[in-house]
Amino acid sequence: MNIVVCVKYVPDAQGDRTFNEDNTTDRANVDGLLSELDEYAVEAALKIVEAGEGEVTVVTVGPEQAADALKKALQMGADKAVHVSDEAIHGSDAVATSLVLAEAVKKIGSPDLVLTGLSSTDGTMSVVPAMLAERLGLPQVTQVSTLEVADGTVKGRRDGDAVSESLEASLPALVSVTDQINEPRYPSFKGIMAAKKKPVETWSLADLGVDAGQVGLDAAWTKVESFAQRPPREQGEIVTDEGDGGTKLAEFLAAQKFV
Amino acid sequence: MRGMPQSLEQLFALDGLIQDDEREIAKAVRHFVDERVRPHIAEWFDTGEVPARELTKELGELGVLGMHLDGYGCAGLSATTYGLACQELEAGDSGIRSLVSVQGSLAMYSIHAYGSEEQKQEWLPRMAAGDAIGCFGLTEPDFGSNPGGMRTRAKKDGEDWVLNGTKMWITNGTVADVAVVWAQTDEKVRGFVVPTDTPGFSAPEIKRKMSLRASVTAELVLEDVRLPASAVLPEVQGLRGPLGALSEARFGIIFGAMGAARDCLETAISYAQDRQVFDKSLASYQLTQAKLADMALELGKGQLLALHLGRLKDSGTITPEQVSVGKLNNTREAIAIARQCRTILAANGITLEYPVIRHANNLESVLTYEGTSEVHQLVIGKALTGAEAFR
Ligand SMILES: Cc1cc2nc3c(=O)[nH]c(=O)nc-3n(C[C@H](O)[C@H](O)[C@H](O)COP(=O)(O)OP(=O)(O)OC[C@H]3O[C@@H](n4cnc5c(N)ncnc54)[C@H](O)[C@@H]3O)c2cc1C
Ligand SMILES: Cc1cc2nc3c(=O)[nH]c(=O)nc-3n(C[C@H](O)[C@H](O)[C@H](O)COP(=O)(O)OP(=O)(O)OC[C@H]3O[C@@H](n4cnc5c(N)ncnc54)[C@H](O)[C@@H]3O)c2cc1C
Repeated sequence: MNIVVCVKYVPDAQGDRTFNEDNTTDRANVDGLLSELDEYAVEAALKIVEAGEGEVTVVTVGPEQAADALKKALQMGADKAVHVSDEAIHGSDAVATSLVLAEAVKKIGSPDLVLTGLSSTDGTMSVVPAMLAERLGLPQVTQVSTLEVADGTVKGRRDGDAVSESLEASLPALVSVTDQINEPRYPSFKGIMAAKKKPVETWSLADLGVDAGQVGLDAAWTKVESFAQRPPREQGEIVTDEGDGGTKLAEFLAAQKFV
Repeated sequence: MRGMPQSLEQLFALDGLIQDDEREIAKAVRHFVDERVRPHIAEWFDTGEVPARELTKELGELGVLGMHLDGYGCAGLSATTYGLACQELEAGDSGIRSLVSVQGSLAMYSIHAYGSEEQKQEWLPRMAAGDAIGCFGLTEPDFGSNPGGMRTRAKKDGEDWVLNGTKMWITNGTVADVAVVWAQTDEKVRGFVVPTDTPGFSAPEIKRKMSLRASVTAELVLEDVRLPASAVLPEVQGLRGPLGALSEARFGIIFGAMGAARDCLETAISYAQDRQVFDKSLASYQLTQAKLADMALELGKGQLLALHLGRLKDSGTITPEQVSVGKLNNTREAIAIARQCRTILAANGITLEYPVIRHANNLESVLTYEGTSEVHQLVIGKALTGAEAFR
């Protein structure tokens, strides 16, 4: 079973978020890491391969520093990595990101399974998996908290607020997993040392046959016009109970559309 | 005026002295400590009970046990990397670092350096994986700094050896699967690999310690413990054996002590920034800043010394006197820092809500074991003057 896991390099949420002059997220000059939600996808892939056979390839689309995300995945146990890096990708939206990822997955070879996280921890749109599946012509089993691969099919459970759905698709397929699916391992010393010797390929848009005009800020379907810091939270309203406390509380909740 | 505070690491630009691999490994250990030690350590210290077997298994999975040894399932990393791992472990707790020191540098090292191929095959892979725990019995009730006086005897009986005696203050004693025990023979001191289920071997725990409470300490009682000829460590005779192993563990302490100190100082700085006294933050008083500055200097110098000694050890040129320099300086400064930090936290400083008094108390043991400060002063004194002042 050959698995490709899409992993994103995101700014460390602990640090301050900064933006470039063109209103894009600053990904180059901040501390970044492997999006935590993608660790679950890597772990899920490793578990499947460890229980049987095959290879796990991780792929990222991102700036030079995104190599760190690949390194972490390799330390966890992935076999090889692909880094798609090209100046022209800067400012790409989800549509373009999924295009580049799709071409990368094709070039890696036809995997039995493509795994992604639930959503990135910075963009948080959760749309790349669906777009990628469409582009690859694969069935999509998204947002599952369990994953079982057997006899050419993949099964998973998607937990909603009211119901849980059991999903099944034939392989090859694309699956996005939630943070409920497993407990991602932390790299051991052996993993850290072994990762140094694992192959990492870096591809440009030209290597993928993607026209630079299809990606990047100018090709994005949406444009960020401006951004502003969220204003500090205002102090809450303190109601002194003079016999009408309950009424005031109900009025407040109604005004906020809670009741 | 307020500026952007710098970290202790930035102040000394230590990061530039550390290689990528070393940093990655240290980070992995720090993560382990954050996840597995910090959330529980106050309780372990308070109750004096630590899940040693579970922790050993997890440390084995991470790759820490015997990480500086080659082969037999060990990671084969450099001495400096081992030191940095000790620093992270001891930033968690000296007791956890002790577990690792005793396993890797005392028990495993002795078998690795002095053992037969058969002994190495039998014990090292399991100990590296954390499936077997080791302890190291040198100290006796009446002989600590002067182990040469030991009373534990190993006598030949046909092909067998029979051991009798008592060892004291033995870390991991009650949880160990194997004890490396040093005993006087008719000729020289020899080391023995003793499975702890051998009849006649027992290990009562030493209770009511006020230091290193998150570490198991035991007495080892050997009553007619009969061992086959193959149990003796063949490759070493005399005190050179245990002292060689102690030098290994001591090396880890040079880094480890700075980890405990770092944790105290980081705690004290953040506490001082938050704590308001007489209408402003404790950190903004000159007296506090003088304390913090002085402690930062000793911490940074100690870390630089540790790294320097690490490079010397990796180049194979380090001497026992140099290890003594590091052990004496860094344990002494670490305990001074811990106590000074305690004053900054004042009453909060005496509780287990903060790590400071725990580190300070632990460091009392660290100051004493692996050669007391006085013994290291004597080693350095002898190196400087040529005159031996031990007796
Ligand atoms: C209106 C708008 C404007 C934006 N403007 C900018 C901008 O100016 N600058 C900017 O940097 N970003 C911008 N973005 C964000 C950018 O579009 C997304 O980062 C990108 O398209 C991926 O979407 P996502 O992060 O939401 O991924 P999601 O769809 O949430 O990701 C789901 C999964 O897809 C995979 N995945 C996603 N991205 C990658 C990747 N790059 N490599 C490998 N796997 C991946 C991962 O497995 C991830 O878990 C903007 C987004 C929107 C909606
Ligand atoms: C928590 C803990 C764990 C330990 N774990 C182990 C272990 O796993 N294995 C093991 O073998 N041992 C272990 N030890 C024992 C430790 O190594 C000894 O305590 C140490 O060597 C000191 O011996 P002592 O306590 O008998 O002190 P003593 O040797 O009795 O020393 C008493 C005092 O006299 C001073 N002194 C000694 N000789 C001289 C001299 N010549 N000149 C001037 N002053 C001198 C000492 O510095 C000290 O201040 C442990 C100890 C502790 C506290």
